Amino acid sequence: MGWNVDSDYIRGIFPVLVNPVKRAYLALESWFNISFGTEWNPLYHLGTLSFFLFWVILVSGLYLFIPFHGSLSGAYESVEYITHDQWYAAGIMRSLHRYASDAVVITVLLHMFKEFASGRYRGFRWFSWVTGVPNLWAIIALGITGYWLVWDELAQYVAIGSARLMDALPFIPATMTRNFVAGEMTDRFFILIEFLHLLGQPLILFFMLWIHVKRLSNVNINPPRGLAAGTFIALLALSLFKPAVSQAPANLSTMPQTLQIDWFYLNVYPLLDYWPEGYTWVLTISITSLIMILPWIPPKKEGPVAVVDLDHCNGCGLCFDDCPFDAITIQARSDGKKFEKEVVVSPELCGSCGICAGSCPSSNPFRSSKTELKTGIDMPQLTVDELRNKTNEAIAAMDGEVKILVYGCEHGLNVKRLERNDTKGLRLICSGMIPPTLVEYALKQGADGVMVIGCRQNDCFYRFGNRWTKKRFAGERNPILRGRADRDRIRQHGGSETDKNAIERDLVKFRAELLELNQADEVSSEQLG
Amino acid sequence: MFGLRNKPVRYLLQAFNYSVFMALIWYFATEPSIRILADDEAMITIAFAHAGDLREPCRKLSNEELQELAPNMRKPEECPRERSPVSIEVLLDEQRIYRETFEPPGLFQDGSIDVYYRGKMPAGEHHIEVKMDDSVRKKGFNHSIEKNISIDPAHILLIEFDSVKGFSIK
Repeated sequence: MGWNVDSDYIRGIFPVLVNPVKRAYLALESWFNISFGTEWNPLYHLGTLSFFLFWVILVSGLYLFIPFHGSLSGAYESVEYITHDQWYAAGIMRSLHRYASDAVVITVLLHMFKEFASGRYRGFRWFSWVTGVPNLWAIIALGITGYWLVWDELAQYVAIGSARLMDALPFIPATMTRNFVAGEMTDRFFILIEFLHLLGQPLILFFMLWIHVKRLSNVNINPPRGLAAGTFIALLALSLFKPAVSQAPANLSTMPQTLQIDWFYLNVYPLLDYWPEGYTWVLTISITSLIMILPWIPPKKEGPVAVVDLDHCNGCGLCFDDCPFDAITIQARSDGKKFEKEVVVSPELCGSCGICAGSCPSSNPFRSSKTELKTGIDMPQLTVDELRNKTNEAIAAMDGEVKILVYGCEHGLNVKRLERNDTKGLRLICSGMIPPTLVEYALKQGADGVMVIGCRQNDCFYRFGNRWTKKRFAGERNPILRGRADRDRIRQHGGSETDKNAIERDLVKFRAELLELNQADEVSSEQLG
Repeated sequence: MFGLRNKPVRYLLQAFNYSVFMALIWYFATEPSIRILADDEAMITIAFAHAGDLREPCRKLSNEELQELAPNMRKPEECPRERSPVSIEVLLDEQRIYRETFEPPGLFQDGSIDVYYRGKMPAGEHHIEVKMDDSVRKKGFNHSIEKNISIDPAHILLIEFDSVKGFSIK
């Protein structure tokens, strides 16, 4: 089918490389799932974890601003005071400030890698990708000016290296590097860097982050509390165990022979000892440009977007609430029907996930059982009617004591791999596209149990497929799974391609439980009979 | 399906994972260190701004020419804007270690040039000679300095130029 996303991965660049890399990443995720569970797994919260680290950096930075002396003569002394005299407060804050800054580079790089390896950077997601990559530049630039402010030998190295890089740019008219010969440096330049680090750069970064998440709905910038607490405790422990310290004070008459540099932020500077500044610019700009154009190499084949059928839409807005990408808007009714509102899909924002079809109350398979099932909002590539027909066919094709129908999303485990005589799999675009009434319908039509498998919990390809399905089944979000549906016969899971064995083990348990339920039902019906 | 049920083991494993993360930060925040200069090396830096000599000399205007100008525009001399390129050469113990010619910047080639060069040199006693040719109207190097110097390892030998005082070596 046109919307088979697995084949999209294969069509992506480096076809041989991406899948093994993705598998390695999934293995790392699984390892973290063992200790953190899916709720706290840091790899599922890399974006929010980065935001949390920003808060740590911001708060510690504000504290450090109080004792810091922003002048050429006073900066180093004040940082020494912070580090040694007040080690128990400002010293710890300095270490937290530094190590959280290092950590954020790791989380942002992992965040980028994860989105790339999962294919979540192309198609309608190009905006988040293209606006995300420059954030890394902004973070690095912020870190560089931070190192400058300490005014030790490392700061001197960074200042001269940065000035050489700036001088290599054709649009910078004067030579900045000459400021860093003995006797030339003034407080004025230092204060400019201080202003940039304390106000200019953070404001620009926060504006860029706002743009980055602008196309998402229900944006969450806070990681789970347990993960935030664990990360903070770890940073605090590192700060106490290995406090951040300065190197020797800057001296523009000498050059340090060896230097300990922060490789997270200053990795470009050693290149300047071997390459001309222009080459370094060409290298970094080329890598950045290549990463930024990845969404179009090659262009992604997009699935058809959701289609609204006003004859079956009452403008209830459930699809508007559930859309993960703000692709649905509500407007005044345009067809003269008695309802006040109607929904409209923005094709350029639609991710073609089908979560809206799952949320529509009209997607009820018990309606018009003899005729085609029409719903208010549907996916042309896999309509709710088609889903109902496939459900009927799968149930009819099953044979055995316990019949299990497994619905699975295209981005998790391929449920066709679980099939046997008594178990059939149906693939969905996203687990969130399954209307709860369809589960109830499947049980009514003869399935003994229904299992719904999405992506790994908290790692849904379409952000909210797993979460909304879980809430709908638990009766916490409309449309809810009705009370009459037997919950013991319904399972919901998250799992990727590498989780087949774990899911199969659970399927065996589920089969045994269903057998017991069937036997108990038989006994009770005999007693009643 | 995922996650250990045994809480102490779970937290212990979490602590292990956090430790690996922090160890990664700890190491790459400072290591591996880089070597900028060898134990017996120093640095030489040339840094100054200088405007080359005018390509053409200023010309005195005749009385007739002055009368043709508006009263507020009557300057006794007319000077062309274009300046000469500047060539600099540095010899260390009679070995040429630097030579560069700078064209004057600007639309009218009338700007001053910015010189910044840095390179490694062996520490110790040396004889250094710096020469500059900043005029197309004078043949050869018209500014120069020669000096016996002694430089310690890791120190920077700074060469500057002032249009009034000439070259200085610090």
